[in-house]
Amino acid sequence: MNRSQKEFLAQYRRRRRIVNVWRCLLLLLFVGAWEGSTMTGLLDPFIFSSPSRILSSFISMLKDRSILYHMGITLSETFISFFLVILIGILLAIVLWWNSTLAKILEPYLVVLNSLPKTALAPVFIVWLGNNMKTILVAAVSVAVFGTTITLYSSFQSMDEDKIKLIRTLGGSKKDILWKLILPGNIPAIISVMKVNIGLTLVGVIIGEFLAAKAGLGYLIVYGSQVFKLDFVLLSIVILCFISTALYLLISLLEKICTRHYQ
Amino acid sequence: MDMLLTVNDLAYSYHSLSGETQVLDGISFSIQQGEFVAIVGPSGCGKSTLLSLICRLLTPDSGEILLEEGKKVGYMLQKDHLLDWRTTEKNVALGMEINHQLTEQTYLQIDYMLNNYGLVGFRKARPDELSGGMRQRAALIRTLLLEPDLLLLDEPFSALDYQTRLSVSDDIWKILQKENKTALLITHDISEAISMADRILVFSRRPAAIKKEIPVILTCPNGRTPFHARSAPEFKEYFNLVWKELNDDE
Repeated sequence: MNRSQKEFLAQYRRRRRIVNVWRCLLLLLFVGAWEGSTMTGLLDPFIFSSPSRILSSFISMLKDRSILYHMGITLSETFISFFLVILIGILLAIVLWWNSTLAKILEPYLVVLNSLPKTALAPVFIVWLGNNMKTILVAAVSVAVFGTTITLYSSFQSMDEDKIKLIRTLGGSKKDILWKLILPGNIPAIISVMKVNIGLTLVGVIIGEFLAAKAGLGYLIVYGSQVFKLDFVLLSIVILCFISTALYLLISLLEKICTRHYQ
Repeated sequence: MDMLLTVNDLAYSYHSLSGETQVLDGISFSIQQGEFVAIVGPSGCGKSTLLSLICRLLTPDSGEILLEEGKKVGYMLQKDHLLDWRTTEKNVALGMEINHQLTEQTYLQIDYMLNNYGLVGFRKARPDELSGGMRQRAALIRTLLLEPDLLLLDEPFSALDYQTRLSVSDDIWKILQKENKTALLITHDISEAISMADRILVFSRRPAAIKKEIPVILTCPNGRTPFHARSAPEFKEYFNLVWKELNDDE
């Protein structure tokens, strides 16, 4: 290895170290400042909670397993609505791709539904569906499904015309174009949609739980703020940070596995 | 004489909101079994449309395309269009897969073809691991596996760099010769047309009509291949002839 390459590598490592150290430092500083200011009475721990109080309520809720229960509810609702969104989104996109006249007819409706803030619909869902998990799932699905459909449909449509021609010259039907070309060719697009949706459905689930739930982290947040147990609220938020990061990493891993062979 | 393909007084127009564009007008020609015919013409003159019509992807406005009873047409596009997510083997098998022809027997045939055309070591490779020439050969095998009697070549070398192009066109010409295939090549490269074809049809600007038909007879003491053809004494004359035909309507 010559000198300039060594220098380059050394500089690269130095930079990476700086980034890592500062990342950790920033977190420590934030947590430390929070803890410190509540200890010295600068902030009221009753309103702002504190890292130590969050930790102790986490441990006590871990002991009676209630936090695991709330996490489990929120996670399973997120997964169910996530899979529903992906499934419905892909199916709708296929239907639109198959029938371009229908796609043209539905286009303005999809645009309106996609840009409508879905939180506005949540109260309606409660009235229609009741104060239960159905409402939460429908709310979560409605947040993400229209965007998913539109994104996938336009991605299906951007398939290279010549590749479609190839399938047709080989004697393929529209069904062959779908199965041999559109679906396998859009796996990267489907995964990138998944990446967006795992976060979106979590948002939808929390909104749903705010309004119509007896359990879950969203419920815990609302309940905590109503009874002034801010420890519960902030604990839930911290857990949500971890959950959303973990889910995102999960999909990123899936992406790495599935899109190795795509350019 | 028995003709593999006969095209009679073919006309075709494209329609759009801004109006009708006539692409082909009164095209008539025929191709014999085993012949290699090249079509040259200005770009955008509707050569590719003609191939789509012969392949029945489009329906002509008038005129007819007669293919000898029971004969099949294969189409080779400008780019190889190998699918990124398939291995060479699976890419090559695509046509058979679509036609539900995949059996133990056909896998042997695929093996044989890959072996013959220098791709056997790349059976499990992805398209991005193949060179431009190898990709084009894989695309050809994909077409040939369906056993077409008439092969339509739509500028199949134009996406390659010059050097690869010369060797790939030589390769593919030899493969077609060996398999005794009839071919219709579309190109805008005059030298390519002369070096490969037995007969050249010169198309006019849109709406395309056949301006001239030129049989190519070259003296090649070492046997005719596209490569040797380029050094034949008559090559330059043919080049000038085609060049003149292409350019004298302005």
